Amino acid sequence: MVWLYLILGIPFLFAFLVPVLHKRFTPRIHTGWFVLWIPLLIFGILLSTVPTISSGGIIDLSLPWIPAYDINITLFIDGLSLIFGLLISGVGFLVILYSIYYLSQHKEALHNFYIYLLLFMGAMLGVVLSDNIFALYVFWEMTSISSFLLIAYWFEREKSRSGARKSLLITVFGGLAMLAGFILLTMMTDTYSIRGMIHNLGGIHSHTLFLPAMVLILIGAFTKSAQFPFSIWLPDAMEAPTPVSAYLHSATMVKAGIYLVARLTPIFGGGGVWFWLVTGIGLVTLFYGSFNAIRQTDLKALLAYSTISQLGLIMSLLGLGSAGLAPEAGNAQAAYALAIFTALFHLVNHSTFKGCLFMVVGIIDHETGTRDIRKLGGLMHIMPISFTLALIGCLSMAGLPPFNGFLSKELFFTAVLNASEISVVIPVVAWLASVLTFVYSLIMVFKTFTGQPRVKSGKQAHEAPLGMLIPPMVLAALVVLLFFFPNVLVHYVLAPAWAAVLPSLAQANLLTVHVSPWHGVTPELLMTLGVIILGGTLYKTLKKWVKLYRTYPQILTLNHIYETALELMESLSLSLTKRYMTGSLRDYLIYILSFIVVAVGGALVLAQGIAFDPSHDAALSIYELALLAGMVVCAIAVLLAETRLAAVIAVGALGFLVVFFFVLFRAPDLALTQLVVETITTVLFLLCFYHLPKLKKETTPLPSKVVNGLLSLAVGLVMTLVALSANGNPLPESIAGYYENAYELAGAKNIVNAILVDFRGFDTMLEILVLSMAGLGVYTLIKLRMAGGKENERS
Amino acid sequence: MKDPNDVILRMVTKVVVIIILTFAVNLFVSGHHNPGGGFIGGLAFVAAIVLLFLVYGIEKVRQNFPVDFKALAGAGVLISVLTGARGMFIGEPFLTQAFGYVHLPLFGKTEMATAVLFDVGVALAVIGTSLTIIMSIGDDR
Repeated sequence: MVWLYLILGIPFLFAFLVPVLHKRFTPRIHTGWFVLWIPLLIFGILLSTVPTISSGGIIDLSLPWIPAYDINITLFIDGLSLIFGLLISGVGFLVILYSIYYLSQHKEALHNFYIYLLLFMGAMLGVVLSDNIFALYVFWEMTSISSFLLIAYWFEREKSRSGARKSLLITVFGGLAMLAGFILLTMMTDTYSIRGMIHNLGGIHSHTLFLPAMVLILIGAFTKSAQFPFSIWLPDAMEAPTPVSAYLHSATMVKAGIYLVARLTPIFGGGGVWFWLVTGIGLVTLFYGSFNAIRQTDLKALLAYSTISQLGLIMSLLGLGSAGLAPEAGNAQAAYALAIFTALFHLVNHSTFKGCLFMVVGIIDHETGTRDIRKLGGLMHIMPISFTLALIGCLSMAGLPPFNGFLSKELFFTAVLNASEISVVIPVVAWLASVLTFVYSLIMVFKTFTGQPRVKSGKQAHEAPLGMLIPPMVLAALVVLLFFFPNVLVHYVLAPAWAAVLPSLAQANLLTVHVSPWHGVTPELLMTLGVIILGGTLYKTLKKWVKLYRTYPQILTLNHIYETALELMESLSLSLTKRYMTGSLRDYLIYILSFIVVAVGGALVLAQGIAFDPSHDAALSIYELALLAGMVVCAIAVLLAETRLAAVIAVGALGFLVVFFFVLFRAPDLALTQLVVETITTVLFLLCFYHLPKLKKETTPLPSKVVNGLLSLAVGLVMTLVALSANGNPLPESIAGYYENAYELAGAKNIVNAILVDFRGFDTMLEILVLSMAGLGVYTLIKLRMAGGKENERS
Repeated sequence: MKDPNDVILRMVTKVVVIIILTFAVNLFVSGHHNPGGGFIGGLAFVAAIVLLFLVYGIEKVRQNFPVDFKALAGAGVLISVLTGARGMFIGEPFLTQAFGYVHLPLFGKTEMATAVLFDVGVALAVIGTSLTIIMSIGDDR
């Protein structure tokens, strides 16, 4: 069984080999041929597990990664993982085959392309096959990053870069929200295994963290799956090469969010919030996507909005199906549960027809040089095969027989009709969105392939090479086959997946379905007929009402809001930074000092530490008073000095008065040192100021003078309060008594010196180091300034 | 001040420098038992040299007193660290100072302490640094 790990390992391992192969064989052999077998191998391995899964088994392997934190690389295959795994590897195989013909082996940096693609494939497989929630998150972010790299594959184009940045910003935002949600979830359930969570739900629904966890995880799922209003990155991601769009942005990555919602339905489903969030957002997205798809003139943009709309459809179905888990659903449980089945069924269908359509659009782009609907037309006779493929894809997307889209659309209508008991709005919105879907599907086929070519492109359009046609042909064949034989897929893959999403209902044997194209004349069929009639009419009269789109103000589009918000954030942070980072030291000093006042003063007040206790104070002598008066006079003289010399002398005088204080307080060593140091600093000051221009009269405006004054007063006040309070509060006993034994311990009668060189010699050692560094610093500043100056002159 | 006719100044300096240097040594030596020590002793020594600078000029002092003061500062730090490291070789913590009494022929019972060696380092560092700073600034014309 361990060889199953190949599924996860091979894409990453082979990515290392790609550059070697590329270097060795370019341009003789297209690098894609080497990569092609990987998804095929994975597809084969996954197919070999189908018998196990369809008979109700699961595959669960675990490889320790960070065992101390219980984070493991897990390989967990049940029905749901299997569908996604098969889609990823199957569509991956077709896309690589397609890309071999799509990307030139002479002009393109193919090694980059295939490394990114393999990374993406491995990451995506990791997302769907992980049971460990943090391993899932790691793979999730790897899909974001590899998708970012793929979108900006043509990085010399400005639009590619901006599209890539947008998708990265949005999906990583969602990914981080999701991580937070995951952490909350693990806090509630006390396990990192999703299966463990489902088995051991307990009273999670009433937990206080339940709602935040749900919302955060849904944000992650919605951003990844391009749900409203996070859908804006998907149309911009269409700047990627078409194989990438076909693979990532129709079949796989955008379904990661769908996967997550389906996977976590057993945990979160059943409650009203989940139901309304998932269904509501899904329906809004469905309508928004199909509404906006009609106005697009670029085929890929049209497909992008169509993808958004279809993803919304699947999402709303997942929401509707979660009602089956609600205890109050009663007998309707099975009916609601059918919605989940429909979601999974449409997921497969969408991947087939949307992949096919993207590839066809790529062919058109490749062969005519444009994707603009306004320039295209009349390609039916030139490219008959592409036309057939597009027709199959579009009619399936529109929900017509005999294509698989019809089946899932009928089931969708069944689901929304069931939900009309909950709210009548649901079927109405769904039906309207289907009409719009019908319209843009028609636009896509008929505007491109019928009529006359409006603008002759430089290229002589012709049918694509066979290799490029085979992948969409395979997908189109699946579209048709799934219509005629849906129950094969249902039996082998969809039924176990359904059971995986709704394990409790599966145990009660409520999940049975038989998909057949013909139900008789049912309300669903009538709804489809209505879609065709109204959609057809709308398409015929398209020219008359499509102008209405232009009346919608540009300012209210989501893209505009996103751009404005981004600009606003940038300009706001810039202006904020510019406002406080003035570059003026005076301002920074004001910040620092105000912080000291607020923090120290605030702490003093909050801790109620202000206390005065003069009982231990020594008596004040006349000498001390006199010295104090002298110092105050000197300090004021410094402030008021008109010339620098006066200020320097006043500072010197202050220093010498301190010497007297030391004498008075019986500190002869300090007095001696202070005397000499004060002399030297005064001399140095004089040396410096001798070379300076005359002291300018302060021209500070009055308000800032007032601020400075108040601030200095505040600092002084706070520090005085601190000092007095320190004295006023009980202090621990002094350790000075120990040093009185200096002679016995250190052989020195001078206690100060004994402390300096013996008891606390380490400080002294570092002090002289500091002194030496200062000396060397002065030396370097003075000597190297010359050399530096010369260097500047030279340059 | 480098005027060769400052005869009185020069004569007084010659006498005073001797006194200052003696006082500096005294301050240093007495540091163990009386106010003084490496730092203040070193500074007093510097004061004497500075006086020579002022009276005779930097060049002349440098010729007669050919010491690299930067190296002196480094040597001072090194001595302090090494006296501190002494303890480590005999299994005691870093910077453990020892003292003892020996009988010297001329001085009688004399106290010898490694702390004094440490103080020598301090003094040398102070002298070296101060003179480096002053000479650097003084040279900068």
